Amino acid sequence: MNVSRFVGDAIQYLFIGIAAFLSVFPFAWMVISSTNTSIDILGGKATFGHAFAANVGNFFAQVDAPLVFWNSIKVSLMATAMTIVISSLAGYGFEMFKSRMRDRVYSLVLLTLMVPFAALMIPLFMMMAKSGLIDTHIAIVLPGIASAFIIFYFRQSTKAFPVELRDAAKVDGLKEWQIFLYIYMPVMRSTYAAAIIIVFMASWNNYLWPLIVLQSNETKTITLVVSSLASAYTPDFGVVMIGTILATLPTLFIFFVMQRQFVQGMLGSVK
Amino acid sequence: MTTARANGLKRSYDINGWLFIAPSVALIAIYLVYPIFRSLYLSFYSGKGMMMKFAGFGNIVRLWNDPVFISALTNTVVFFVVQVPIMITLALMLASVLNNDRLKFIGLFRTAIFLPCVTSLVAYSVLFKSMFAADGVVNAALLAVGLIAAPIGWLTEPFWAKVLVILSITWRWTGYNMIFYLAAMQNIDRSVYEAARIDGVPAWARFTRLTVPMLKPVILFTTITSTIGTLQLFDEVYNLTEGKGGPSDATLTLSLYIYNLTFRYMPSFGYAATISYVIVLMVALLSFLQFYAARDRS
Repeated sequence: MNVSRFVGDAIQYLFIGIAAFLSVFPFAWMVISSTNTSIDILGGKATFGHAFAANVGNFFAQVDAPLVFWNSIKVSLMATAMTIVISSLAGYGFEMFKSRMRDRVYSLVLLTLMVPFAALMIPLFMMMAKSGLIDTHIAIVLPGIASAFIIFYFRQSTKAFPVELRDAAKVDGLKEWQIFLYIYMPVMRSTYAAAIIIVFMASWNNYLWPLIVLQSNETKTITLVVSSLASAYTPDFGVVMIGTILATLPTLFIFFVMQRQFVQGMLGSVK
Repeated sequence: MTTARANGLKRSYDINGWLFIAPSVALIAIYLVYPIFRSLYLSFYSGKGMMMKFAGFGNIVRLWNDPVFISALTNTVVFFVVQVPIMITLALMLASVLNNDRLKFIGLFRTAIFLPCVTSLVAYSVLFKSMFAADGVVNAALLAVGLIAAPIGWLTEPFWAKVLVILSITWRWTGYNMIFYLAAMQNIDRSVYEAARIDGVPAWARFTRLTVPMLKPVILFTTITSTIGTLQLFDEVYNLTEGKGGPSDATLTLSLYIYNLTFRYMPSFGYAATISYVIVLMVALLSFLQFYAARDRS
């Protein structure tokens, strides 16, 4: 190895080393700060302290943690199940039953990808208010079930689905919905896995729409609770840290267990 | 096969086709198509709460005389004009380093740099708020290494508050964009690089003359999606500034202003809807540019 190559490698290591450190530091900060008092956290103390038990105790005293956690899980699971079923049906339908009319409809569906949520939230809020769904979890889920992004993802992935399987199933006398349920879904399980992760994470982290719709403490999700703890007049950041850990753990866990599917789902949009 | 049977098959094909997409199409019609037109309709009305009257283009006139709107618009534009190029450049540089097989522990570095994009926008904004406190860990570190002489008022000075927002979004999304570039780089034929290297093309030139041009489609895609994302910036500024977009509106974005107009103050649905159409127009313009550029390429 020559000298210039060695220097080049050293610079590259330094570059990605700094980037990796800066990327990971806030996670370390979150864990360290959960053991410190609010005063220490705002004073920049970056070493472990002894306030962890007190912070956890305060968190559970201020927040009905099991309920909040359950609300988040409930909303995310509902959103994931419904979005995946409805949107994968459409992705399959658009690709398997091509017609000029349906391709036009598909272009319109893709066009909705451009619509910013800010332009929807006022009418959506008025609709939910009219139908008495304010402060309900179903109101969070409903607008996202038919997701243009997931429909697109399934349609793209369906292009790789072997048509012979479908033809053989038809010869065996299976109906279209049976083909979808018994042939398509099992064959496409990796596509499903990736889509499930993407939708679950997105709805777990969802903030603006729940902020508008959920108004009572009984329905609030973990992101809303973390946000309101941190925007109190004098926030107790020790307590806030416990909240951010709870809000981050499930997504971190999914990421580490299913990193491959996660990345696959993310890249699905450009393939 | 008789004609009747062929017709029957064609009809069942068509019926099935519609049945599979019907639920999605219905939901999109109700929760996307209807609201977007309803917003347009509302934008011609003004008034507080549910008491609304037709205002014609009154809301558009109001826009140009509303200093808060002007600063929200300026801030939003500043955020994407400054932040997107910084992030895209950083992501490209990181991806090209991580694409270097000779380096060790690449997987570890890649995972670390990708990690920020699994956090919720609220959680990391709150973390950043605590890290960038006046006496917080960031100021302490900068003071310790002598980069600054006095603590920076990240959350209290308008200029630095903007910088903080830009730093935050960059932290959250650089790794995300990097993964797109890495995936694209892995599709590039290695021999191209080998040939350039043997011809004595220096590393930097290989990056700007080879990598960047070959990644143009992905760079375009990520630039447009990042810009559209930044146009809708809300969670970060809301949680860094207790929903105010302060100090003195320095971090107020269009989405935050719409939210405040609708849900914080006495609701002005019509005026807020008008502002939301400013975002719609900007997104439409950018998407059109992307489409145009993509067509130009092929």
